[in-house]
Amino acid sequence: MIEGRTILNVGESLLDAALGYLVVFIGLTLLMIVVVVVGKIMYSKAKKANAKSAAPAAAPAAAAPVTSKKLAPGSAGDVKIYDTDPRDAAMIMAIVADKLGKPLNELRFRSIKEVK
Amino acid sequence: MLESLSKLVTESGFAGFFSNPDGWRNLVMIAIACVLLYLGIKKQYEPLLMVGIAVGCLLANVSSVFMTADGSLPDALYHQSLWDAFLDETSPYYHSYGHIMSHGGLIDILYIGVKAGLYPCMIFIGIGAMTDFGPLISNPKSLLLGAAAQFGVFFAFFGANLLGFDAQQSASIGIIGGADGPTAILTTTKLAPELLGPIAVAAYSYMALIPMIQPPLMKALTTEKERSVKMEQLREVSKTEKILFPIVVTIFIVLLLPSTAPLIGCLMFGNLLKETGVTERLSDVAQNALMNIVTLFLGISVGATMVGSRFLTLDTIKIVVLGLIAFSFSTIGGLLVGKLMYKLTGGKVNPLIGSAGVSAVPMAARVSQREGQKANPSNFLLMHAMGPNVAGVIGSAIAAGFLISMFGG
Repeated sequence: MIEGRTILNVGESLLDAALGYLVVFIGLTLLMIVVVVVGKIMYSKAKKANAKSAAPAAAPAAAAPVTSKKLAPGSAGDVKIYDTDPRDAAMIMAIVADKLGKPLNELRFRSIKEVK
Repeated sequence: MLESLSKLVTESGFAGFFSNPDGWRNLVMIAIACVLLYLGIKKQYEPLLMVGIAVGCLLANVSSVFMTADGSLPDALYHQSLWDAFLDETSPYYHSYGHIMSHGGLIDILYIGVKAGLYPCMIFIGIGAMTDFGPLISNPKSLLLGAAAQFGVFFAFFGANLLGFDAQQSASIGIIGGADGPTAILTTTKLAPELLGPIAVAAYSYMALIPMIQPPLMKALTTEKERSVKMEQLREVSKTEKILFPIVVTIFIVLLLPSTAPLIGCLMFGNLLKETGVTERLSDVAQNALMNIVTLFLGISVGATMVGSRFLTLDTIKIVVLGLIAFSFSTIGGLLVGKLMYKLTGGKVNPLIGSAGVSAVPMAARVSQREGQKANPSNFLLMHAMGPNVAGVIGSAIAAGFLISMFGG
């Protein structure tokens, strides 16, 4: 046996093993609580900031009601987008048009929805 | 003429295999080094470290056969006797790095970085800089899976005690179950340095074998229905949250368990470099140059501890078996808590992500993804499994911190 080393009996080693596992669980559970709390604080702050920035933006949007409904020349209608970034939607439409070998303005996309 | 030839033959390394009492052991270790090289190069088992470990083992054993009449090894690259004196409290060279520097070979000097705990911590800076904690922040429950998957650490610790290892050795063997090479190396260096070679080889070999070890356990412990569960998309994590995370974890975990400071501190420092966005150069160095240089030194130094006289023992076989048990039970622990979450959430959590709680980033998460997709081809579990995967890194660091504080003297 190497000097300075500890020899444990079965009971002691079982107890140490259980204690160690418990410490890991407690440590990570407490960390989980901290992360959840920090996440909630961040979320509420972001929500407040969004609400503030949305309020002034609403006024100019209301000033131009009809023009936004007009379609671009050659366009085949507008498309409803659900849970999809407009950039991604544009890319999807371009890829489909390319694969079909048809101009984009001859195709009609009704809606694009992310499948979850 | 004949005298010169005779001198040349007797002084050659080949003759050393027979004249040196441990010569045959060195010969066996050279063969083992070649097998490790084959595994690293041909089978690509953790090649970045396995090749270094194999070369370290090869160099240490090839250079250790040139023993002089007084029993010293003047040409050896690594001297086990110097490190024995370094650890012997009765020796005048106890904890004398100066003695190592003046009498050691190349690998002895490189090994100082292992002994001082420098390399594992620097690797943790690199790992931190490469890790995205976003999936963990968006789903903090992953931390429970990371904790559950440390079961094998403590199960193997208990098993090693039963097999006659002392507490320090058992703790070092148990930490193999954390599936985290640097953590295993740091813990073993602090608690049972005499076992560093076999523990490092076992840890890295089993990490490479995760795609073979985990799937049978995943299939045995989960049903087809559970494996095919599709999980909800994770929420987006803001940059501020990502910056705050390493700071909060460092303060919280280190205050909770101070012995985790080297590992958690370095891991989170590396991550902070990545997330701040203002230290891109440092982040780049940590992820690439630093990581590669330290991996090089670490592999060779750890491999050099595999000298025949120390490695070829019954204990090595026990360590290899216990390492496999540790890995398997860590996987089982993660899967069982994953199943519990599946039940508690009414089937919203796929239990396969639990097995990713053993660190081994990102291989364990990839295995979860692959098995999930086998059950349901439209299943994408990778990002969900990355949460428990990175939580496992924190979990194994806490487990190591606990064992070091309990048995570190």
